Amino acid sequence: MNGFNVKFGYRDIFLEDVQPVHILYETRVKTAGCRAVIDARGLKHKELTDLLREAVRRGSSELVINHVFGQRYIGTRLYSPFKDEKICIEVNQFPGNDLGAFLNGHRITVQGNAQDGVGNTMDDGLIVVHGRAGDVTAMSMRGGQIFIRDNVGYRAAIHMKEYKDKVPVLTVGGTSQDFLGEYMAGGIVMLLGLNLQEDEPHRARYIGVGMHGGVIYLRGRLAEHQVGREVEICPPDERDREIIGRYVREYCRYFGGSPQEIINGRFQKLIPASLRPYGQIYAS
Amino acid sequence: MYPYILSEFIVERREDRCIRCRVCERQCANGVHLFDSELNRFFTTEKDCVGCQRCVMLCPADALYVRPRLADYRPNGSWTRDQMQNLKKQAATGGVVLTGSGNDKPYRVYWNHLTLNASQVTNPSIDPLREPMELQTFLGRKPDSLKIEFNGGKARLASEFPPNVPLRMPLLFSAMSLGAISYPAFKSLAMAAKEAGVLFNTGEGGLPVEMRGEYADHAIVQCASGRFGVDEDYLNCARIVEIKIGQGAKPGIGGHLPGEKVSDYIAQTRMIPRGTDALSPAPQHDIYSIEDLSMLIYALKEATDYSKPVSVKIAAVNNVAAIASGIVRAGADIVAIDGFRGGTGAAPLVTRDNVGIPIELALSAVDKRLRDEGIRNRCSVIAAGGIRSSADAIKAIALGDDAVYLATAPLVAMGCTLCHKCHTGKCNWGICTQDPFLTKRLNPELTSRRLSNLLRSWEHEIQEILGGMGVNAIESLRGNREHLRGLGLEEWELNVLGVKGAGE
Amino acid sequence: MLVRQNYESERYVPDKEMDACGIFGVMNTEGVRFGGRMAIDAIKNMKVRGSGLGGGFAIYGLYPEYRDYYALHIIYQNSNLTAKEEVEAFLKKYFYMVFDEEIPTNPDIRLFASPLAWRYFVALQKSRAEEDLSDEEYVISKVMYLNSHIEDAYVLSSGKDMGVFKGVGFPEEIADYFMLDQLYQGYIWTVHSRFPTNTPGWWGGAHPLSILDWTVVHNGELSSYGANRRFLEMHNYYCTLYTDSEVLAYAVDLLMRRQGLPIEVAAKIFAPPMWDAVGRMDDGDKELYTALRMVYAPLLMNGPFTVIVAHHNEMIGLTDRIRLRPLTAGAKGELVFLSSEEAAIRAVCPDLERVWTPNGGEPVVVRLHTREHLQSLNKSI
Repeated sequence: MNGFNVKFGYRDIFLEDVQPVHILYETRVKTAGCRAVIDARGLKHKELTDLLREAVRRGSSELVINHVFGQRYIGTRLYSPFKDEKICIEVNQFPGNDLGAFLNGHRITVQGNAQDGVGNTMDDGLIVVHGRAGDVTAMSMRGGQIFIRDNVGYRAAIHMKEYKDKVPVLTVGGTSQDFLGEYMAGGIVMLLGLNLQEDEPHRARYIGVGMHGGVIYLRGRLAEHQVGREVEICPPDERDREIIGRYVREYCRYFGGSPQEIINGRFQKLIPASLRPYGQIYAS
Repeated sequence: MYPYILSEFIVERREDRCIRCRVCERQCANGVHLFDSELNRFFTTEKDCVGCQRCVMLCPADALYVRPRLADYRPNGSWTRDQMQNLKKQAATGGVVLTGSGNDKPYRVYWNHLTLNASQVTNPSIDPLREPMELQTFLGRKPDSLKIEFNGGKARLASEFPPNVPLRMPLLFSAMSLGAISYPAFKSLAMAAKEAGVLFNTGEGGLPVEMRGEYADHAIVQCASGRFGVDEDYLNCARIVEIKIGQGAKPGIGGHLPGEKVSDYIAQTRMIPRGTDALSPAPQHDIYSIEDLSMLIYALKEATDYSKPVSVKIAAVNNVAAIASGIVRAGADIVAIDGFRGGTGAAPLVTRDNVGIPIELALSAVDKRLRDEGIRNRCSVIAAGGIRSSADAIKAIALGDDAVYLATAPLVAMGCTLCHKCHTGKCNWGICTQDPFLTKRLNPELTSRRLSNLLRSWEHEIQEILGGMGVNAIESLRGNREHLRGLGLEEWELNVLGVKGAGE
Repeated sequence: MLVRQNYESERYVPDKEMDACGIFGVMNTEGVRFGGRMAIDAIKNMKVRGSGLGGGFAIYGLYPEYRDYYALHIIYQNSNLTAKEEVEAFLKKYFYMVFDEEIPTNPDIRLFASPLAWRYFVALQKSRAEEDLSDEEYVISKVMYLNSHIEDAYVLSSGKDMGVFKGVGFPEEIADYFMLDQLYQGYIWTVHSRFPTNTPGWWGGAHPLSILDWTVVHNGELSSYGANRRFLEMHNYYCTLYTDSEVLAYAVDLLMRRQGLPIEVAAKIFAPPMWDAVGRMDDGDKELYTALRMVYAPLLMNGPFTVIVAHHNEMIGLTDRIRLRPLTAGAKGELVFLSSEEAAIRAVCPDLERVWTPNGGEPVVVRLHTREHLQSLNKSI
């Protein structure tokens, strides 16, 4: 088509022109005790994660990142097989996709909105977002907790799973878009609907399609056609109330509000009708 | 089984030889042989026989014969027995017909239409038994050029080198998860890979913690759509991390490990509750496009501190060359391509037999495209799906492949007879099952030795062929289509393969 | 672009290119013109969504001093001057040429195979035979001719008071090359950063794609491409670029310009509601949506896409019906933004008043002198 037959160069979008970490460290990081304040303005994804890793290597355990605009993978690269110390990260605004992907026990607080893929395949730790989060929040999450103050996008908690006492929790203060809890195989999702008007139903459709584990506690109204065929809706029992209370109180601790008022709202419990939703669709 | 279906096999017992030892009865998980001690005779439930030949081979008196029962229906070129039996199964259940193993339909196998070259007169062939013959292969990205510094007249490498993994020979065990196959089978692959200096692939069922110390150095770990058992410990323990996008036997669809196969042990490595279905979604839900793939590639590089090559495995489909180019540009260090004859633990028959393209054509197209774009060095290419012999492997390498993934071949080496019933979980050979009564039939010590033997014999055979061609390093054959000729192929096929016809 | 090419068999039709991308658009709903800084910085912030194999900008309100004339942006590959002479002879025959000049470029920026770029401001010179043809059809037919018959010449855009600047490189490089930030102002800027899985290697294949004053930037891959293309061919749109986005551009032209359907309806053709949702509608809607689906089914855009369509007075964002590609909208005062990532908007406008994620299949319509876009805000969450 081009008539040039010229070989095309390869542009390494992630790694091209990444500045050496020791130079960046001098100019971008200010430390005080175990606290390091990092100026992320204009940094490439890897430059920032290099800096985070370097700061931790040099002994910081509390990282404050300012002027974040879309940098990805915050927290992902702080894995160390030898170190048990968990890091606290404060993100001052607008982290990029895959915030806390594969997160390994660290704590991340975001003072603003987050994008897609928050807590992707997260293993352990805590993410608190003082704002909203995008699509596939808590995808394949297997441990730890995520609190989102406002709404989440499509496919939150998709394929979340649990094993024994490792039960991930996603608490969303607002509402969600479609496919919440698709394929869900474990864990707890709280959808509080705090920003909905009185009597305004949640709008998400296809909630819990393919769900075969875990539980969704949903506060507010919902029509039956909004949930997948694999889901059973029932009222919460005593034990459920206890769980709801626990995470609502925690939610209010991060974001304010009256726990009792929230707890008194109308909760419904969504659980899988079967652990084997597709047991019957095959002929061998 | 279902009504109105003819049995697929005839089970014949020569009463004059049978010593009533009841081995056959104990060996058959399908309950084909049943001994009535009062009558002192065997009853045979022929229609449950899958033709795995376990009873035949273990019969000490050679009294058993199991042979395919050819179509008893009226012969019909269009409505074959398979077509009709499937209709009857569907009519009985309303379900999707499942199958296991690889596509068995008589599509053209291109390996059978490619021949290899040898030296005569103008350059000497080399005797591989006595002369050096190097098969060492590196998997990973290679830079465009190197910076060399001279220090006091001594050359020193000055550029950073991307992570690469050495293999003693260009052979790898392809992804078979613990769960799809049994623990002894899984462990045998790990042991043999270690012994032979190659790698095995965990599939997406996780890698048991107690195996990591000894075998992680020979493991490729998968991060697939189910993300089973994926955490940073798992990703960091292995040599290569592979993102599984697709599988040759079932492009475009996900996986489904039925709840009854999820035992305590499987549950633990996959980190899901015992007895629940382990569903692998069709797509990875954080990858809906090429830039999303890039995001996951770099997420994995971040999680492993840029210390490991990241591989992306795709099924061979229509636009495979363009897709591969995108994958390399997205940052992958290895592209694995799985052709449509690749195997599976379970897949819908309609998918396995109808979706995808042959590995030979896909591999050639990918290699050519990457060279045309000047980025072939940016990745290693691994071919998978239907590599049956060392000859196939050599031909793949001549078509531009770096290393081949083997799965069905090692399973056959373990005892598999390709009965295509992997999905039932009743593998009499103890390979594709989680039933402890069956899995104990496989002893990793012995089985891994069979696998090491297999690799060693392929290594020798590859060396023989290389020597015959007059080259003593596998690199000289890689992408060297001059050493291939096509037989009985049409023009377009030769064009796609980039190979001359024999005599041309 | 709009060319009939007769292939002996569909076997010889080239494969389409597949690409994925970052996209961004910003509009001042009061029509106030502004420079390119925001668009450039925002797309730069999403650098990893592209691969440097294509970037481009569409600007509206670009040439107020020539607002009554069609502005043709034409590139000549390999700086082919014969092609240029041919094109100019053709233009002189069918148009009155008001003004023309080389599009200024920055010689310090080196890009892959950069062509000679020229712009022409023209008025129509219809022959008697073509008098009945509408102005728009007339321009389209001439642009079609140029693109198909003159080797090495390609019309980037052909609308009034707007223009497309695009090429091979990262969008910020394209911006530097054409000095967009220094030289131009507009009230809508849309921009695209490309990540193709094929080698494009030529400047015409980058986005935005344009007919008249319609432009499309697109992210995703249409699994329905072949079906869409064949339908459009039936309506005399011939896809020669073999990209998904081309199909979208023609579909928009067919439905919105030629058939006069509003975007609200066109959106429901590209991303129709699921049948189960239709089943719950009232009778009137049920009838409408069933009819739309039946008639326009071949224009259902299946598979992941986000698209920003623009023409004068309007900028529209739309995703597929199960939202497989991201789109975030934001607003501050009279500025409205559409972007693949929120952070890109924040990077150029940290103090947004509103930010929202439209539902799949729900268009965000940004119209001049209206607050129409807030409808999408109310429908989404």
